[in-house]
Amino acid sequence: MTDRTMIRIDAVSKFYGIYKALDAVSLTIGEGEFFSLLGPSGCGKTTLLRSIAGFETPTSGEIHIDGVPSVMLPPNRRPTNMVFQSYAIFPHLDVAENVAYGLKRLRLSREDEARRVGDALEQVRLAGLGKRQAHELSGGQRQRVALARALVMRPKVLLLDEPLSALDKKLREEMQVELRQLQKAVGITFILVTHDQYEALALSDRIAVMFGGKIAQVATPKEIYQHPRTRKVADFLGGMNFLSGRILGEQAGTVSVDAARFGAVNLGKPPGFTAADGRVTLGIRPERLRLLWDDERAPHELSGRLENRAYFGEVTHLSVGVEGLEAPLSMVETNSYGADDLPIGAEIRLAYDPDAFVLLAEDPPVSRV
Amino acid sequence: MTATALAAETSPDRPGRRAWRRSEEARGLAMISPTFLYALALLLLPVLVVVTYSFWTQDYLEIDRTFTLENYRQALSEPIYRDLFLRSLWISLAVSVATVVFSYPVAWFISFHGGVHRNLWLFLVTIPCWTSYLLRVMSWKVILGYGGVLNTGLINLGVIDAPLTSLLYNSNAVVITLVHSWAAFAILPIYVSLQKIDRSLIEAARDLGDSRLRAFLRITLPLSLPGVISAFLIVMIPTVGDYVTPRLVGGKDGMMIANAIQAQFGKAANWPLGAALSVTTMVLVSLSAAAVVLALRFALGRMK
Repeated sequence: MTDRTMIRIDAVSKFYGIYKALDAVSLTIGEGEFFSLLGPSGCGKTTLLRSIAGFETPTSGEIHIDGVPSVMLPPNRRPTNMVFQSYAIFPHLDVAENVAYGLKRLRLSREDEARRVGDALEQVRLAGLGKRQAHELSGGQRQRVALARALVMRPKVLLLDEPLSALDKKLREEMQVELRQLQKAVGITFILVTHDQYEALALSDRIAVMFGGKIAQVATPKEIYQHPRTRKVADFLGGMNFLSGRILGEQAGTVSVDAARFGAVNLGKPPGFTAADGRVTLGIRPERLRLLWDDERAPHELSGRLENRAYFGEVTHLSVGVEGLEAPLSMVETNSYGADDLPIGAEIRLAYDPDAFVLLAEDPPVSRV
Repeated sequence: MTATALAAETSPDRPGRRAWRRSEEARGLAMISPTFLYALALLLLPVLVVVTYSFWTQDYLEIDRTFTLENYRQALSEPIYRDLFLRSLWISLAVSVATVVFSYPVAWFISFHGGVHRNLWLFLVTIPCWTSYLLRVMSWKVILGYGGVLNTGLINLGVIDAPLTSLLYNSNAVVITLVHSWAAFAILPIYVSLQKIDRSLIEAARDLGDSRLRAFLRITLPLSLPGVISAFLIVMIPTVGDYVTPRLVGGKDGMMIANAIQAQFGKAANWPLGAALSVTTMVLVSLSAAAVVLALRFALGRMK
């Protein structure tokens, strides 16, 4: 990954009639970066990807691909290639012909073409399957053919439209690892569209979270998980306990907040932070709350009553009612100590770290017209 | 497997038969049997009668039932019949090619650019079929005739001085009329096969560097081939034996084999010869249809 910009998106908007699919999206993506567009369905992430590929023409704004203004270029004149959600394997061609499809235009010698197809198939671990017909392939194999077919073109940017969503969980996890290794090996920019936050967290160098045609936050996976800027971002990226708090005082860079039963906490001030009425929303991730057993002590603890419990194999999700809090707290405990056997209604104590709280901004109102 | 189990499986016991009666297969057969029997009675039997007749001889008012190939000798060697066969095949081939060529863009437009009005477009395509076939053929007489729409129009535009006589009463008129009559029957199968093409395949082709035209030639056209073939056959097979159109707009030079067959069963009263001509037509149609299908497949196989 270098610092060179590969894609620059300037204030791109896309309207379908009066429906606003993209609302002045601006973004830069570096060369060799694994970038994810994450959001719920209908948030505009696929429209943005298809605008980069050239299948959608933005209503306004510009997209520079490797420095070239590309909004008016058709897909066949862009240095991008796409892996489609349905894989779009040509049914009347075999695997090798599918992979060689885009090479025909380059008029390579027969040997060169065969070598590039062979290399690409090897890259996605399909060597030797060149003669298979499209309908003889499994879901995972179709996915690999689609990858090979795009990579063989040596694009500057590879676009992936929910490529793993059709695979079962086990295969999906395998392909995630492979996709990451592949990206490291070929070193080109990958842009992945996904609605699966774990996929985005596991694969990406950076993630853009989108809601309602707008980008809510762009950051590294760790940053976006630990310091989500708004309530919606926090909520979309895994579980979060939301609390409302009252501002006690503001210092340079930090705010101290009265976090109800959690007492006063000091929080880093996010950029552009304002709290006109002195009320703010705080969040703490469920795994940052820890169950205290027997006479275990912690510097910061809270007592409550177990209201609900859900068994997930390696972990148990607990829902704990605490007096003075509007909603029960959710927390996650590994099952090593027997959290899965706690009776409902049990009085329990939990420990927390005051540094684990994040200050969340209000989300901008969503309007799609 | 034990001996008792084997015996239980092979003996035609009642539960087994009852199970078969409730099976999908039995239900399927029960469902198609009325249609099947109907087709058998009204399609296969008449064909058998025709085939049988073709080996007999007309002896004034009687039929001589001794086996002979004389009718086939006549059908294949008499220059008049040979010419009619060739002309019928040629006309039907020309009609099928022209119909498919003109229908494909229409079907493509409806499928790719019909938007939400696709069904309206299809509905409009079928409207000409609401009037009688005969009326549609007659209306072409009005268009192509000596004082017809086309001639008067061209004269008024100053393109020609005197009415063209080459428009009506020849094979061109037959081709024009048949292409129009069969267009809807070609548009629909082509439309269906275009409709079945996953649009992301065309996007993938564009993404991999194809221009619109190349993506069409490499993806859309090969994948719509089944529709093209069925359109071709749907048009070609009935037009070889078409009788009404050549009779009405064909004149002397537009006569086709069906007119000769009709004459043998009618005025000439030589049923066996008419039967032999019919059977020969059937065989020729089957052979040329097969040849066309193979040629189309081969041509598109070469293209990818």
